[in-house]
Amino acid sequence: MRFTLNGKPVELKVAPMRRLLDVLREDCGLTGTKEGCGEGECGACTVLLDGAPVNSCLVPVAQAEGTKVTTIEGLRGHTKLQQAFVTEGGAQCGICTPGFLLAASTLPRAASLEAVKQGLAGNLCRCTGYAGIYRSVAVARGGARAAPKPKPAARAKATPRAKTKPKARSAAARRSR
Amino acid sequence: MGKASTRAGSVGRSVPRLEGAAKVDGRARYVDDLSFPGMLHGRTIRAPHACGRLRSVRLGPGGLPLGLVVVGPRDIPGDNVIAVIEDDQPALAWGEIRHAEEPVLLLAHADREALFAVPAEVEMIPGAPVFDPLASPRVFKHIRIARGDAGAALRKAPVVVEGEYRTGAQEHVYIEPNGVIAVPENGGITVHGSLQCPHYVHKALCRLLKLPADKVRVVQTETGGGFGGKEDYPSVIAGHAALLALKARRPVKIVYDRAEDMRATTKRHPSIVRLRTGFSRDGALLAIEAEVVMDGGAYVTLSPVVLSRGVLHATGPYRCPAVAIDGRVVMTNTPPNGAFRGFGAPQTQFAIEAHMDRCAEQLGIDPVKLREKNAFRPGDVTATGQKLPKDTSALPVLREAVRRSDFHRKRKAWAGTGKGIGLALFFHGSGFTGAGEVRLASRASLELTAKGARILVGSTEIGQGTRTMLAQIVADTLRWPLSAIEVAPADTGLVPDSGPTVASRTCMIVGAILQRAARELKHKLGRLTPTQYLARHGALVVTKQYEKPAEIHWDEERYKGDAYGTYAWGCDVVELEVDPVTREVRPLKLTAVQEIGKAIHPGHSRGQIEGGSAQGLGWALSEEVVMRDGKMANAQLTNYMMPTTKDTPEFDVAILEQAYRHGPFGAKGVGELPMDGPAPAVVNALRHAGFDVREVPATPERLLKCASR
Repeated sequence: MRFTLNGKPVELKVAPMRRLLDVLREDCGLTGTKEGCGEGECGACTVLLDGAPVNSCLVPVAQAEGTKVTTIEGLRGHTKLQQAFVTEGGAQCGICTPGFLLAASTLPRAASLEAVKQGLAGNLCRCTGYAGIYRSVAVARGGARAAPKPKPAARAKATPRAKTKPKARSAAARRSR
Repeated sequence: MGKASTRAGSVGRSVPRLEGAAKVDGRARYVDDLSFPGMLHGRTIRAPHACGRLRSVRLGPGGLPLGLVVVGPRDIPGDNVIAVIEDDQPALAWGEIRHAEEPVLLLAHADREALFAVPAEVEMIPGAPVFDPLASPRVFKHIRIARGDAGAALRKAPVVVEGEYRTGAQEHVYIEPNGVIAVPENGGITVHGSLQCPHYVHKALCRLLKLPADKVRVVQTETGGGFGGKEDYPSVIAGHAALLALKARRPVKIVYDRAEDMRATTKRHPSIVRLRTGFSRDGALLAIEAEVVMDGGAYVTLSPVVLSRGVLHATGPYRCPAVAIDGRVVMTNTPPNGAFRGFGAPQTQFAIEAHMDRCAEQLGIDPVKLREKNAFRPGDVTATGQKLPKDTSALPVLREAVRRSDFHRKRKAWAGTGKGIGLALFFHGSGFTGAGEVRLASRASLELTAKGARILVGSTEIGQGTRTMLAQIVADTLRWPLSAIEVAPADTGLVPDSGPTVASRTCMIVGAILQRAARELKHKLGRLTPTQYLARHGALVVTKQYEKPAEIHWDEERYKGDAYGTYAWGCDVVELEVDPVTREVRPLKLTAVQEIGKAIHPGHSRGQIEGGSAQGLGWALSEEVVMRDGKMANAQLTNYMMPTTKDTPEFDVAILEQAYRHGPFGAKGVGELPMDGPAPAVVNALRHAGFDVREVPATPERLLKCASR
């Protein structure tokens, strides 16, 4: 079995029907590719095959023969995207992150938010509700950071119940003090 | 110096996640990424039926692979129990079987494929299972809370509204399934695993393996999500791996595949809540009567405390002079239900908040006005007699959420359009309930290093940002740069027991202990730099233990007093549309306004709110655990539908702050709060869109059945 892995040629003696995921993790020692479900639903095992994202748990290694395989360890030219996942909340527990990064790396530069959602619909994240991931993608493309700005709950000092307070201390009276 | 230092601290700033770089370049090592020399793989043989008696477990027919290791109940050196609250759950069942998927035998082999090819047949004499919690003969825990005379108040109340509300089980779907590796070493065992609470696992292993504390070491590996699903269950899987490893005298890895994880591990407790509330004609709440029933599954596990948090939140954030709450968690023949973000409070607050919109309708009062009228103010008294502190923010979050979402205008404009808007007001107690924190007596340490300080805590990073947040608290307390602070791995051989990473407690409780440690460290250093101190005096480790604030009192017997040190507050507004033909619900926007004391890391706090809200929407709309004969019938991500990018709406998050005097920099808990609001806000929006639905998930099937109003 021969293919190009992260830019380097590899030659392996492996059973052709083994999952590409297992060959990458076990035979090539690249554990950045994760298994989340083993049935092509979660996308944690996403790698690029000739530049296109695939679920490596559904790909027999035979299908990789002669192709270019890219894993998270070999993702090049997307430093900004990776940094943005760190600074904008795209990564929390991190288990889905390699898959999201590889999928996101294939999105067209000018993709709208709807197109980003469509492009990432094959990847599941249970931590972020995806919002942090969209922000990371946007910031990597030069969008403005949108850090939350907490506000004091200034009005939390609520009016005491009128019933338990004498009339003189109505809300209006206290405002005037 | 006069003025305080002008150097900007890190608290309140969204600094980069400490372990972020390793998570984006593939270096972060999760348990399945680790391997040890001579390591075997483990497999669990499970019971096929929901209850009955175990007759036999047969391996074969056919030759078994050479080197197969087999562990049965008789191989257990210590007590055959998973030590949590009660000792009813065996590590390996024998005799009585209480649920399908109950572990009965363990196997290990070097070749994973050969291991899983071994035929195994479990024979049982089936019994008569109980699946309906209302028909269960066995009550695990019963809690009553009483304030005033609710019965009499209800008889006198001019308006009484009744209702029953139900919530389903929920699967955590951490993207990394449960997994551990047990390594026999130093005459004992070391377990590396994906887990939230290393000291829980440590305690369970000592008991199961009959080993002294110093022969058991538990090390948390990078953990791919938890949400409560890795609070108690890791004690089971770690026990299994350790038993195999001790017998094989080789390291043993057990990592569940998705199907086994979904079938065998814990879920959120399904609930049935019946409410009767009395109001004056102008909408003042006069009485609440609540009956809470939770389905505990086959063993006690954490159910008593889940029920406790549930009943303590059952009135919702409302003041009421007469309250009677009767809660019980019962046994059924399903796999044990366990901790899941919110821990009982989402269930009971779903009921009261769905109920409040029905009450508003019957009273002819706007749902916002009804809530404004009855919401807790500072100084109000809860059902347990707790006088609420100054940082009680029910009204601020409600008003801000209504304003931001343009609630009133949309409510009017959307009537009859198929679109709906609804809201939910909620609160969440931070930290362990009642005297729980006193019992935990958590400890946290700071060690002086040449570079600055190293944090030693048993609290775990599971994605929520623990490491970064604790480092920020310590750095700012010491007035050192964040880069001077390191965080030690959560390894029981290295760190003190800081209590479990659960209950929205890590920031508020452990953060506060660390802050005290940092103050003492600073005091001891005086004018010396760390390097100078180490050269002159040698090593320095400061350890502090939880100290109960003097004003907190709790009476466990009578369920009276200060249930929690303080509460975080939230109001969610959900906007959605319903497909008129398929009745599929599409959430359009979720506005979440949450008051959390102080956002140590605003970005990560927002991440908790968005992620928790998405989980809440999943629970409300699409996530249904289908049980057939006590077994999960949809144990795969193909038909257990957690939200994808296409199902998740826009989030508008606003964080409000009202300092809690005992929290570090004023912080309260944020982890669970966001789970409480989405489900009731969804059904209230559905009510606005014309659907009277009182049960979640509100799937299209359920909406088709429910009478369109």
